[in-house]
Amino acid sequence: MRIELERRPDVSRLFSILSPVIALALTIFFGGIMFMMLGKDPILALYSFFIEPLMEVWSLHELAIKAAPLILIAVGLSVCYRSNNWNIGAEGQFIMGAIAGSILPVVFYDWQSPLVLPLMMILGMLGGALFAAIPAFLKAHMNTNEILTSLMLVYVAQLFLDWLVRGPWRNPGGMNFPETRTFDPIAVLPEMVASGRAHWGFGFAIIAAVLIWFMMRYTLKGFEITVLGQSARAGRFAGFSSRKMIWFSMLLSGALAGLAGIAEVSGAIQQLRPVISPGYGFTAIIVAFLGRLNPLGIVVAGLVLALTYLGGEAVQVSMQISDKPIRVFQGLLLFFVLSCDTLIHYKIRMMWYDLSETAGKGAR
Amino acid sequence: MKKLLLALATTAAVIGFSAAASAADKAKICFVYVGSKTDGGWTQAHDIGRQELEKALADKIETQFLENVPEGPDAERAIERLARSGCGLIFTTSFGFMDATVKIAAKFPDVKFEHATGYKSGPNLATYNSRFYEGRYIQGQIAAKMSQKGVAGYIASFPIPEVVMGINSFLIGARSVNPEFKLKVVWANTWFDPGKEADAAKALIDQGVDILTQHTDTTAPMQVAAERGIKAFGQASDMIKAGPETQLTAIVDTWGAYYIKRTQAFIDGKWETTSSWDGLKDGILTMAPYTNMPDDVKAMAEETQKKIESGELKPFTGPLKKQDGSEWLAAGASSDDGTLLGMNFYVEGVDDKLPQ
Repeated sequence: MRIELERRPDVSRLFSILSPVIALALTIFFGGIMFMMLGKDPILALYSFFIEPLMEVWSLHELAIKAAPLILIAVGLSVCYRSNNWNIGAEGQFIMGAIAGSILPVVFYDWQSPLVLPLMMILGMLGGALFAAIPAFLKAHMNTNEILTSLMLVYVAQLFLDWLVRGPWRNPGGMNFPETRTFDPIAVLPEMVASGRAHWGFGFAIIAAVLIWFMMRYTLKGFEITVLGQSARAGRFAGFSSRKMIWFSMLLSGALAGLAGIAEVSGAIQQLRPVISPGYGFTAIIVAFLGRLNPLGIVVAGLVLALTYLGGEAVQVSMQISDKPIRVFQGLLLFFVLSCDTLIHYKIRMMWYDLSETAGKGAR
Repeated sequence: MKKLLLALATTAAVIGFSAAASAADKAKICFVYVGSKTDGGWTQAHDIGRQELEKALADKIETQFLENVPEGPDAERAIERLARSGCGLIFTTSFGFMDATVKIAAKFPDVKFEHATGYKSGPNLATYNSRFYEGRYIQGQIAAKMSQKGVAGYIASFPIPEVVMGINSFLIGARSVNPEFKLKVVWANTWFDPGKEADAAKALIDQGVDILTQHTDTTAPMQVAAERGIKAFGQASDMIKAGPETQLTAIVDTWGAYYIKRTQAFIDGKWETTSSWDGLKDGILTMAPYTNMPDDVKAMAEETQKKIESGELKPFTGPLKKQDGSEWLAAGASSDDGTLLGMNFYVEGVDDKLPQ
């Protein structure tokens, strides 16, 4: 027997709207069973997971902080993936953006000027874009596989950061701990609203999502991206260049990842450390697909994923369980969402064979 | 549909109410862990302390914890969440939570905070630490007796004073037995990473050490030592299960007594900010049973332990030289706590360059 996914000839509109709801229902059902088996009240657990984090202002701020880098990176990645360029190295571009942006507050910490912050953001975008330019160049001119090159460059970026914070950039007053000096207040991304600590990184994410959405939907560039992504050959007939598209999409997603990096460091961490990202660049890949590569969908997906982190902690606190079942629950949610989405586009076909016949064929 | 909504709303209200009610009856004491509470090392030791606290004051308090909290912005959120959920006293149990704890403590002046092993305090933020180096001195002496080659390996985490102090104390202990004793150091640059810790252990063994000790949190080095057939010391928790034939002894952090003492003060309204730094005699650290060694070594270790407990012996007592050969302490002079807490140099005999 063999199981195959067969593309459905047409996609049900109703179900593509219902799919996330079905997924949520399945998660709640199976997650509830899991909590029950652990001897915990499933309703309380689900309440703490999905509702509690949304009930308080400070928690909404935390949600925005956690979602901002995910959305910002994923929006850039969606352009890449739509145009059939597989940038897997956003994590590295995030880090290089953070490093480039931190040059001002770490090396030129004496320089006090209102220009510092905007320049940091620009440097961050440049750092991310330049780092993404490496796999872009290799793909456009050497025909290498960008999945491999961009992924491997992540480790280069991580180790470079590691070296910097242990070596030349180490805080002279930091008790020998591997971290840079903390940023001067002038280099710290301010809060968006007075009610909490969510910084402008979230604002950048929303602005980027809307701009990219507009570009994809209403501009020739957006059309070019879609056409080249679906068929490079058709794109060539229309006069579009896949090579230019490689550069465009990689630089754009690199710049956005770099901006996410410097926004996170400046807004939330306020210094460089050996590890500045709990894997945002990789989680953003999930977010991009969870949002169906649509910038506005990505905003929702980023918030949902951030909610699973916050909700996970809320359940830990209110139910006194270890974080392991919470991770399982997060996994359940992602699994159901992605599989429901897949089943809108594909149907499962079981292929039954007469085993004796197949065996005979194989022997011949 | 209306009925369903009503039912849901009622349930939510009841849940909210019952949570509030239970919080009002008992004081809530909370813990933030950097690792998993079953890591077999540092975090587990704190969690055992928490359980002891819960047992001792069961009718007056309840405890809560968050585990696997990464240092950085996530820590800030985790601590704030606990502060908001009604915790009266919060213990943050990793050096790297220091700045996050300071920030949240300033934001919640009515909540009391205690940060382990840090150096920043405030009106509602106390610090607590343990004189781990006392145990390391004993380990050094045992190592010098047990090692055939006269070289031990030390898996260190970060080059901060706390860790440098431990390395020095170990070597001073070892040299009190064998003045030629050598010590190799590998910086794992992590508190908690079984893979890296195991790699460091292998690297040290390949360089020819035949005793291993660690200042990281997991049992991975102990397992490597067991595989390679050399002896090792456990850290933070008794790691005898990871190396029944391997562990000589372990520094066991016994935070329970401290947690009970401070929580009692908190309930009585007598909590005050302090910088506590207790040692073997106060029971905040104990030595796991001396195993896998001949009786005379065991007797020596027990003797040393008694002397440290009685205050007769202070590990950092001269004559001692720094690594560069310059004089540090004259014969009979003991180091003050300030120098120890800011220690950024090796003593003579450490075969490593301290990362500066």
